[in-house]
Amino acid sequence: MDASVKRAAKAKRPSKTRDNLVYAAVWLACFAPLVWLAWRAFSGDLGANPIETLIRQIGVWGLRLLLVGLAITPAARILKKPRLVRFRRTVGLFAFAYICLHLLTYIGVDLFFDWGQLVKDILKRPFITLGMLGFVLLMPLAVTSTNGWVVRLGRATWQKLHWLIYLIVPLGVAHYYLLVKADHRPPLVYAGILAVLMGWRVWDAWRRRAQS
Amino acid sequence: MLIRHAPDLTDNDVTDRSLYLRRREFIGGAAGLGLMAAAGAASARDLAYGPGFSTTEAKTSKKDITSYNNFYEFGVNKEDPSENAGSLKTRPWTVRVDGECEAPASFAIEDMIKGNKLEERIYRMRCVEGWSMVIPWVGFPLKDLLAKVKPTSKAKYVAFETLMRPSEMPGQRWDTLQWPYREGLRIDEAVHPLTILAVGLYGDVLPNQNGAPVRLVVPWKYGFKGVKSIVRISLVEKQPVTAWNLLAPREYGFYSNVNPAVDHPRWSQATERRIGEFRRRDTLPFNGYGEWVADLYRGMDLKRNF
Repeated sequence: MDASVKRAAKAKRPSKTRDNLVYAAVWLACFAPLVWLAWRAFSGDLGANPIETLIRQIGVWGLRLLLVGLAITPAARILKKPRLVRFRRTVGLFAFAYICLHLLTYIGVDLFFDWGQLVKDILKRPFITLGMLGFVLLMPLAVTSTNGWVVRLGRATWQKLHWLIYLIVPLGVAHYYLLVKADHRPPLVYAGILAVLMGWRVWDAWRRRAQS
Repeated sequence: MLIRHAPDLTDNDVTDRSLYLRRREFIGGAAGLGLMAAAGAASARDLAYGPGFSTTEAKTSKKDITSYNNFYEFGVNKEDPSENAGSLKTRPWTVRVDGECEAPASFAIEDMIKGNKLEERIYRMRCVEGWSMVIPWVGFPLKDLLAKVKPTSKAKYVAFETLMRPSEMPGQRWDTLQWPYREGLRIDEAVHPLTILAVGLYGDVLPNQNGAPVRLVVPWKYGFKGVKSIVRISLVEKQPVTAWNLLAPREYGFYSNVNPAVDHPRWSQATERRIGEFRRRDTLPFNGYGEWVADLYRGMDLKRNF
């Protein structure tokens, strides 16, 4: 590589410091809800039923981060900021972390490790069946999120595996919807956002095919 | 540091710690008496305690009872009623009692409180969502009110209706449920001595978020049977429609007796979390009131009549 190309590449890339700062900001933003919940728990501000509040809040933040993850690609394209896509992995892994914590709180605190009840819940309660299915499908995505796994699987296979996310996020929304007793507006808001993000992808694919 | 001793005070003058810790109860009790006096119910001797019906279990804190509520007329979140119910005007208030009876009447809330002997009833309350509380209600048996209108032999059921006033009940501006909220009991359930109309809580006036000025309490049934802010009670011949049954008939039956053996289609009813406790506890058939109410359902298939 000659010097001019190097210089050009260097000019295009933001400085290392700035890059680190942006990463730190994304990390902090992803951590913020957890810190906020921990603070509320610490100061006894989770209401009369703190266990339920924790499970619901952690779960809903997992879902929000999944949707943020799905929004990154369209945002990068629409805003013409292709380097945004480097945050997909960070956001996705944070979503996975929140969902793990959501599940752990449910199993460890709500059910207090009553495994028999857990099995019954999974088999008999559709909202738990769907939620658990979503979690199981999310695991291979988290495991194969490293660069090493992209190489090992090959780009195309890796990509196909990660299309599972288009099934997982709807499962998460359905999990929420089925839990609600009467007011379905909050889960429908998430369903609406999901529909927009998926709709953009369909429209984008159709447009690309029309162009080629 | 100089610590001054009071030579005229001995250990005998120190308030007993257990009494000190209960100081709020005395204040609360005094407020309760104030409520009854204000309502015209005369004096302290009117405060009779339920004969054996009150539980001795630890009461749920007043803060939890008044800030963790399901009262969809004020919003669907648990904190919504305590935040929004302040807008509800509970005076003037009348309750119409009519239908299959000889002497239908409208009762002003003041007369209702004055004309009935108020008692404290400390009841367990089990919500269909899987949590429970122990609540010290102040109220009177529903049968005392029903007796005043002289039900006829056609009165097989009792139908209840909550106030419909979207200007003060913001939740009614959205059709989460078919407003007004309606509930019902079979006549033998309605005249059971456990069934009360509550007008107070913790010895004080019933807070709006708990169903002021008057609500139903049926401790062996899921909490949603306890219709709040009642404006109408009708004696009827046919089983009345009920709000949650209209929304999801498969999930909320007319009877809705607390039953650990009959799950809600979407979650188990075998256990519950008592608010303030960490571990779940087993749910009891009829919420622990079986010895008094199981007979009402003899011969009925409670899995079918859930």
